Amino acid sequence: MSDLLTPTDEEAIAAAIRRAAASQEPLTVVGNGTKSAMLRPVQAARSLSARNLTGITVYSPKELIISARAGTLLSEIEAAVAEQGQHIIAEPPDPGGPQTIGGVVATNLSGPRRVAWGAMRDHVLGVRAVTGHGELIHSGGRVLKNVTGLDLCKLLTGSHGTLAVITEVTLKVLPAPEGVGTLVLPGLDAAAGVAALSAALGSPYSVSAAAWLPADAAARIPLLATFHGPVALVRIEDFVASVVYRTQKLHDDLGGRGEILDDPGSRSIWRAIRDREPLVAATDGAVWRVSVRPSAGPQVLHSVADACGARGYLDWGGGLVWLTGPASSSAHAAVQSAAHDARGSWMLVQAPETLRVAVDVIPPESTPLARITRRVKAAFDPHGILNPGRLYAGL
Amino acid sequence: MISQPEPKAEVLTRRDTIVAALRGMLPPEAVIAEPIRLRPYKTDGLAACRQPPLAVVLPETTEQVAAIMRYCHAEGIRVVPRGAGTSLSGGALPMADAVVVGLMKMNRILDIDYADRCATVQAGVTNIGITNAVQDRGFFYAPDPSSQLACMIGGNVNMNSGGAHCLKYGVTANNLLGLKIVTVEGDILTIGGRHLDAAGYDWLGLLTGSEGQLAVVTEVTVRILRSPEGARAMLAAFRSNEIAGACVDSIISSGIIPVALEFMDRPAIHTCEEFAHAGYPLDAEAMLIIEVEGSTEEQESLLARIRVICEQHDPISLKVSQSAEESLAIWKGRKGAFGAIGRISPDYLCMDGVIPTSRLPEVLRRIGEMSDAYELKVANIFHAGDGNLHPLIMFDANDPESFRKAEHFGADILRLCVEMGGCLTGEHGVGVEKRDLMPVQFNAEELEQQRRIKTAFDPDWLLNPNKVFPLATRSERSAHPH
Repeated sequence: MSDLLTPTDEEAIAAAIRRAAASQEPLTVVGNGTKSAMLRPVQAARSLSARNLTGITVYSPKELIISARAGTLLSEIEAAVAEQGQHIIAEPPDPGGPQTIGGVVATNLSGPRRVAWGAMRDHVLGVRAVTGHGELIHSGGRVLKNVTGLDLCKLLTGSHGTLAVITEVTLKVLPAPEGVGTLVLPGLDAAAGVAALSAALGSPYSVSAAAWLPADAAARIPLLATFHGPVALVRIEDFVASVVYRTQKLHDDLGGRGEILDDPGSRSIWRAIRDREPLVAATDGAVWRVSVRPSAGPQVLHSVADACGARGYLDWGGGLVWLTGPASSSAHAAVQSAAHDARGSWMLVQAPETLRVAVDVIPPESTPLARITRRVKAAFDPHGILNPGRLYAGL
Repeated sequence: MISQPEPKAEVLTRRDTIVAALRGMLPPEAVIAEPIRLRPYKTDGLAACRQPPLAVVLPETTEQVAAIMRYCHAEGIRVVPRGAGTSLSGGALPMADAVVVGLMKMNRILDIDYADRCATVQAGVTNIGITNAVQDRGFFYAPDPSSQLACMIGGNVNMNSGGAHCLKYGVTANNLLGLKIVTVEGDILTIGGRHLDAAGYDWLGLLTGSEGQLAVVTEVTVRILRSPEGARAMLAAFRSNEIAGACVDSIISSGIIPVALEFMDRPAIHTCEEFAHAGYPLDAEAMLIIEVEGSTEEQESLLARIRVICEQHDPISLKVSQSAEESLAIWKGRKGAFGAIGRISPDYLCMDGVIPTSRLPEVLRRIGEMSDAYELKVANIFHAGDGNLHPLIMFDANDPESFRKAEHFGADILRLCVEMGGCLTGEHGVGVEKRDLMPVQFNAEELEQQRRIKTAFDPDWLLNPNKVFPLATRSERSAHPH
């Protein structure tokens, strides 16, 4: 990252992109760079960041919306909405550094609540962004429902800066729950654990998160280490009386065994699960995120462990498999094949550059879909200057 | 009358050849070309616009859809996909030179997976058909547009349909996991699956609400949810729109998200009460229907909290339903609103703007002034939690002047919605109805960027080209299709 451009307004972002387009010089598009160990490295002499476009521009708690410039820190937004008793619905993970809201949206990473309440992409109501044409566009707006025109909010969310540079976003927010409780079911293996999570998510009690941790992963979270074995975890977030009622009903319906964790304990373990704390990756290791139908989660864990010794845990009722193992192309192939067999999706979210340049970091698309991908990329970025190669080699 | 793209003369003159070719790839009864049998397909829920197509095909498999698309693409024939034809924005309006691909025979439920809480169905399954298939196990499909008895899931995907309960459960886009689509070139693609958040571009999100501009949807995998233990509704009547609006704000600010929060103004209350005899308060200026979910105790606790909030806003009356039957009666008037309006005025336009909820009183006052100026009655129904406003403008279709005025009135309301910081459509889609208003919400670069995406999927603009994008600004494009 030899030369970092940090304009302070949208027009300057657009000007920087127009200059890069005119000289056909690629740009690495970043926020604060907290997630730059994800996906493929970008080869570019210059980087462009919206980190200096900061500040909350609109916050209307009664309308359940907040708008902020892309460089605003997620922590600042979380603090502002918490002050009004609200929260960011998708519970994005903390990468261990000050991440910008633009980066959170561009990567579409969501936490445990995703399984019940939707991903970041479900709550992006509006975006402003500069395309590779150097044109400032907006899509969506500041209202909760909007089907006017093509939904570029969803297309840009999770596009990792390859289509446009996001300059401002509007998010839906919701009242934060009054209380939190967790039912811990100890001693279940992965298959039995996911069956219990499935029963919980299929209950009428509005479960807001469901995870399964093997013994080694549980041992890394102090409150769960005391169970000395694998744990299935089910979270309820609601008014306090409902948390008490619903966790008890789930406890009774799921065999009458297990323990109920209180509010502070629940908040602490789910924060750890959100932030991947049960996963200890070697500094030269790799981390994968596999998304499959929930009932296939245990099989993915088993087959990857057998093939390359990778370890992990399950979130989203079993559908999100977090894995860590050696950063080798054979381990990567094992993850890829397990995800493929389960007809799921996968992403290399952390690895040394040598692996990230050598392999597909996300699933390759079929020929006709890859053709559409190339045309859509060209429709936004005809000169191929925005984060080239970040998702797919040569694009 | 809405203007249409110029029909392709070379397609019109080859009509018989095209019909014969389509008959060669489908069972004989699946190709309709006789003028009298084309009649049911010449319009949809926007009945003022009518145009018989060149032909209608009714495929039963994705492979048949792919064969039709390959042929039409090779021959440069325009295609209009159609579900149940319930679109209120003219989303299924044909063109004279277009083949309508009707998905209604693709009405099979392919798989229900309770462990993973999803169902895979063909595009022609009705919205309610999904819930009917899973409700014996206590599950349901959440988005519930008013037309849910008839409208089809393929159409719901294309319009990103909402409903009265999307404040809690989201719209179609938030309840999808996967699609099978056929591209304009006739390729069959699988998007997503039974898992969440696939890596790569969010094609699922882009296709949802794309109004048939990008591909033909043939199969859909939706999330199914377990029904809550129970639900109960209450009615709250107020002395003014302002007071009712302030009460909505107070409920949301208290941390309660009711599963539904519907607002009706005085004309809507009177019209619906006359029709449904639901016990609506006729002395009120505005009324809220508020619904909560949970166990009996949870319902009582939430309704008690809401009652306290309502009482701080000088209500005329508050009525908490005491039974499932009473809740049904409360909803009967709201759900029958279109039928009710239809009784007093057989012709009405149902508009679909969205506004920031804080602007509701101001918007209703301005709509009232327009109603006086146009001398047309209007009743307003509003999804108060999410800002989606449905003004029903009543007119007389036997009087062309009355229809013309109603259209202008509707366009003025939508302009007002955008001016207030809202948008042209919350759940009905742009279709042909709001196509020429798109520049009110988007500038030239923004429209061009959307067109570029359309072109990436459909380089020759064969898919549904009479919808969404204003005709005037693309005249050069049709002369030189890129």
